[in-house]
Amino acid sequence: MIEIKDLHKSYKMGSNSLHVLKGINFSVKEGELVAIMGSSGSGKSTLLNILGMLDELDKGSYELDNVPIKNLNETKAAQYRNKFLGFVFQSFNLINYKSAMENVALPLYYQKVGRKERQEKALKYLEQVGLKQWASHLPSELSGGQKQRVAIARALAAEPKVLLADEPTGALDSKTSYEVMDLIQKINDAGNTILIVTHEPDIATMCKRIVHLKDGVIIEDKNVEQVRAEKYV
Amino acid sequence: MWLFDRDLWLEVFATLGKNMFRTFLTMLGVIFAMVILMLLLGSSNGMSNGFDKVFAGTASNSLFIWSQKTSEPYKGFERGREINFRIEDATILKEQIPEIEVLAPRIELGSHRGKVAVYRKGRTSGSAVYGDYPEIDEITKKKLVEGRFLNKTDITDSKKVCVIGEETFKLLFDKNEKAVGEDIRINGVFFKVVGIYKPNNNINIDGENAVFIPFSTFQKAFGSGDRMGWMAISVNKDTPVPIVEEEIKKLLKNKYDISPTDERGIGSFDMSEIFNNISGFTMVLKGFSFFVGIFTLLAGVIAISNILLITVKERTKEIGVRRALGATPKIVKRQIVLEAIVLTAFAGLIGFAISVGVLTLLDYKFGSGEEFPFVDPMVSISQFLISFLLMVSLSVLIGLIPANRAIKIKPIEALREE
Ligand SMILES: Nc1ncnc2c1ncn2[C@@H]1O[C@H](COP(=O)(O)OP(=O)(O)OP(=O)(O)O)[C@@H](O)[C@H]1O
Ligand SMILES: [Mg+2]
Repeated sequence: MIEIKDLHKSYKMGSNSLHVLKGINFSVKEGELVAIMGSSGSGKSTLLNILGMLDELDKGSYELDNVPIKNLNETKAAQYRNKFLGFVFQSFNLINYKSAMENVALPLYYQKVGRKERQEKALKYLEQVGLKQWASHLPSELSGGQKQRVAIARALAAEPKVLLADEPTGALDSKTSYEVMDLIQKINDAGNTILIVTHEPDIATMCKRIVHLKDGVIIEDKNVEQVRAEKYV
Repeated sequence: MWLFDRDLWLEVFATLGKNMFRTFLTMLGVIFAMVILMLLLGSSNGMSNGFDKVFAGTASNSLFIWSQKTSEPYKGFERGREINFRIEDATILKEQIPEIEVLAPRIELGSHRGKVAVYRKGRTSGSAVYGDYPEIDEITKKKLVEGRFLNKTDITDSKKVCVIGEETFKLLFDKNEKAVGEDIRINGVFFKVVGIYKPNNNINIDGENAVFIPFSTFQKAFGSGDRMGWMAISVNKDTPVPIVEEEIKKLLKNKYDISPTDERGIGSFDMSEIFNNISGFTMVLKGFSFFVGIFTLLAGVIAISNILLITVKERTKEIGVRRALGATPKIVKRQIVLEAIVLTAFAGLIGFAISVGVLTLLDYKFGSGEEFPFVDPMVSISQFLISFLLMVSLSVLIGLIPANRAIKIKPIEALREE
């Protein structure tokens, strides 16, 4: 599903240049649930942003579902993001003046899905994350865990090939974190490919594979026995 | 066609509607601007209408000619000689100057603007008494409250009839008395009243205390022979009055042996000059209103753009999220431009509604034009449409500024966690 070869990325800061990713080789198959770990500043978010076409790579190659991703203009990138990817952020990033359902329906709007179908789908995914009865509520009326579940429903709504989550539990307490992980595991069980950036080892062990980044290179990449989050909920 | 994209509109209205306070503040500038523009235009329309009313009934392309004393010696005549027009001058002028459309000779009893004693049943009024032709009505229209004005038969039959001013009526009659059909006496001759006219608040050349009798009757009754006091003349619409005025004066100066350089021998008054001055004034006024209004409007629209610019900054994260979820730069741009248009159009309509209200109120309070020239202050549909379209096009152009700022936001930058 994801195929990365010799990926390099550096940021220019004035006359200096900060080499963040120094040759990453990495591939993800369909249906995987991957945790990306590493200390702060090791380049986890940078990698995820490149995978999410939010940022461009300097060197190397990236293929997503056998489509080479390079030299995309903003319009093309937006279309690919919409078609291939779902995003979940640490700080949820819901649009605060839109109801839960409207938030979930937004990617479908950009897919030019009709209004009625949009609403039906949004409700379906809200139901899947257990928030159907909260459909008409504004984000400010939801708890952190609920917001993240709405965000996950939104990421799922466009039926992406890969779900990218940058510290999805970073702003949640451990109980709520496990609830969210339980949801992510179930989505993965249904066959979705998911990448999660996390600091927390217990969250990482709930994935099927852990990739360890340090100073811009992968120092460890192992499959793990998945801990089911269900047990902690 | 995005114009008919219901979802886009819903998206725009949802964004604006869910930030009501911000939306309202944004619109305030344009609302004010529109109100100012419409009030300025409406008031200058009102003034223009007011002046029109003042001039109603007076032919704009007209002039008045009268004889005076010479101020220069010429051909053996000394200066200070009194000139008296003859009735044949009217015929000569009409024959020789084809641009003249109507020529109404007039003669006045006594000295110019002098009062003559008019009697009725022991009452007296000191009124101006004129011998006139019915044609005068085509140059300065009399507003009749009762009866009729002089007519052709009055002239041909030299009827002893008269039309009197309301002021004269008040001096000679009781309030509820019927004047038409009654006799009044001037210099021992009786005249039957056939009409009463009312001052119509406009240019008033003859005054309100006056008695008009047929020219021919005047000649016979008061023995004025072939003398003539002055002439009211209207000229062809396509000819400038001053040109005809010059021609007439030249002809008359020649006839009465007045020096061509004598400014005083023949007096004249060009009505068109006042008209041109006033219409020039109202044109300038309207132009100025539009100018000021448009710039106010521009300021209002710029204010919208400014606030949108601020909101774009505020909404950086939201725009980043939208971009991450698949909004192309074009969609983002379109939405913000559309927000600018909708805000401006709404504000414009609100401003328009307010100003129509205010103008209606102004009309109600001052619109009669009695105290000063101000009648029907209202904007025309075309004035509104032009302003409105101009405003909306401006909003498109100016909405592009925040829109372009918005698409410069890189999703990655917008989404970076603090
Ligand atoms: N746009 C940028 N310009 C300059 N430097 C950047 C930029 N984005 C990231 N960096 C730098 O690149 C390095 C890697 O950043 P990145 O956000 O990928 O780290 P991370 O592993 O996600 O860390 P954290 O766990 O704190 O989120 C950091 O040193 C960071 O300061
Ligand atoms: Mg990070």
